[in-house]
Amino acid sequence: MSEWAIVWEARGAILDGFYNTLILFGLSVTLAFVLGCAFAYWLETRNPATLALRGFINCMRMLPFLILAYLLYYGLPSLGLRLNAWTAGLIALVVYYGAYFGEVLRGARLVLPEGQVEAAKAHGFTGFKVFRRIVLPQLIIKTRPLMGNLLILCLKDTAFLTIITVQELTAAANSVQSTYFVPMEAFVVVILLYWLISICLELALKWAGRFGAKRGFEHV
Amino acid sequence: MSDVPAVRIERLSKSFGGVEVLRDIELTVNKGEVVSVLGSSGSGKSTLLRCINWLEEPDRGSIHIAGQRIGIDASGRKMRNKELAALRARTGMVFQGFNLWPHLTVLHNVMESPVQVKGMRKDEARRIALELLEKVGMVEKADAYPYTLSGGQKQRVAIARALAMSPEVILFDEPTSALDPERVGEVLQVMKNLSAEGYTMIVVTHEMEFARAVSDQVVFLEKGLLIEKSDPETFFTNPASERVRRFLELA
Repeated sequence: MSEWAIVWEARGAILDGFYNTLILFGLSVTLAFVLGCAFAYWLETRNPATLALRGFINCMRMLPFLILAYLLYYGLPSLGLRLNAWTAGLIALVVYYGAYFGEVLRGARLVLPEGQVEAAKAHGFTGFKVFRRIVLPQLIIKTRPLMGNLLILCLKDTAFLTIITVQELTAAANSVQSTYFVPMEAFVVVILLYWLISICLELALKWAGRFGAKRGFEHV
Repeated sequence: MSDVPAVRIERLSKSFGGVEVLRDIELTVNKGEVVSVLGSSGSGKSTLLRCINWLEEPDRGSIHIAGQRIGIDASGRKMRNKELAALRARTGMVFQGFNLWPHLTVLHNVMESPVQVKGMRKDEARRIALELLEKVGMVEKADAYPYTLSGGQKQRVAIARALAMSPEVILFDEPTSALDPERVGEVLQVMKNLSAEGYTMIVVTHEMEFARAVSDQVVFLEKGLLIEKSDPETFFTNPASERVRRFLELA
């Protein structure tokens, strides 16, 4: 039996890993995006709490993702909090990429013309409505390419979770290759599957770009 | 005097970093009046306008919008954001740089405040917005996005946006200063029409002809002091202050 046939025989395990990666990735970027938006709103004002948040975001930026996953999975039990691998992995992704989403939105916020915010205030908008209706939609339109990069980085970081025993795509490939000793074929298949997700992301982001192009934000 | 003035400003003072930009300004604007605010750059005109809706917080003095004090509540404390927003909703503002919201169509720029701030139903807001766009001659651009418009068109949309809140007073902050000369006329025409319809307006401007033709009062600011306040005829033909005389000679 050829090596490729062996991988084909093991397709059930690989597909299970693939679905798990998809779910983990989809759920984590969705929650991280919401968290990032909340961070961006939190940073609209300046008080001790926002300083603490800035500190937290900077911590996430200097921390390798794998270390964060280790801390949550292996470190927290010593503080009496035991998470299963999947939950720990999800939380790690959400917190880590939430910080990055927040940081990207913050950067765009710094260069948003202040006059638009003043116009909203002058028409009676309160702070949250200014953010939700005027500021945030524009930040999202403007940061689309950066968000796209973050999505792909996040997808690739899901592979680290194999090290804390999450049964995702890389874990599945690793299990197949070590059982049947077909490392090249197993990992090539996995690369193609990651690539497939990336291509779908690229297409979705490109499609989303029309939204901004129609409004004169960019030329796609 | 049974009628409450649209805006009453008393002993208004404001400093930026130790530099006094407004000192003891007194100004009353009655309903339906147009007041033009003139003065050279840096005289405090824009700051005065921005204090009226508390985009700038005054240091001293009081401002009443239709009889209600803005910024400070009945117990003398600073207003909470919600109360402040509710009072700001009773004023409209038109900016030098238009400040339209670029992610919304022309129609939605005008509908946005009534829907979000007043909680107006969307179909009602749409009806009013289309009426106002008709009034400023922009109804055929209702579905366009702001980036496709000329400066004059943007400013007319911004005026419709301000009108949509049925404000007690509309504050114009140099509405034609960012426009090329050919576009100034179309915006001034809209403003003239509004004054004829009885809208209360405070206009910071360098357009002398407009100030003379449309205003009920003309005021002149110099280094933060209100040094002349008169009807346009007196202001332009026989001003009391020497400073205004020199200003008019150069203008």
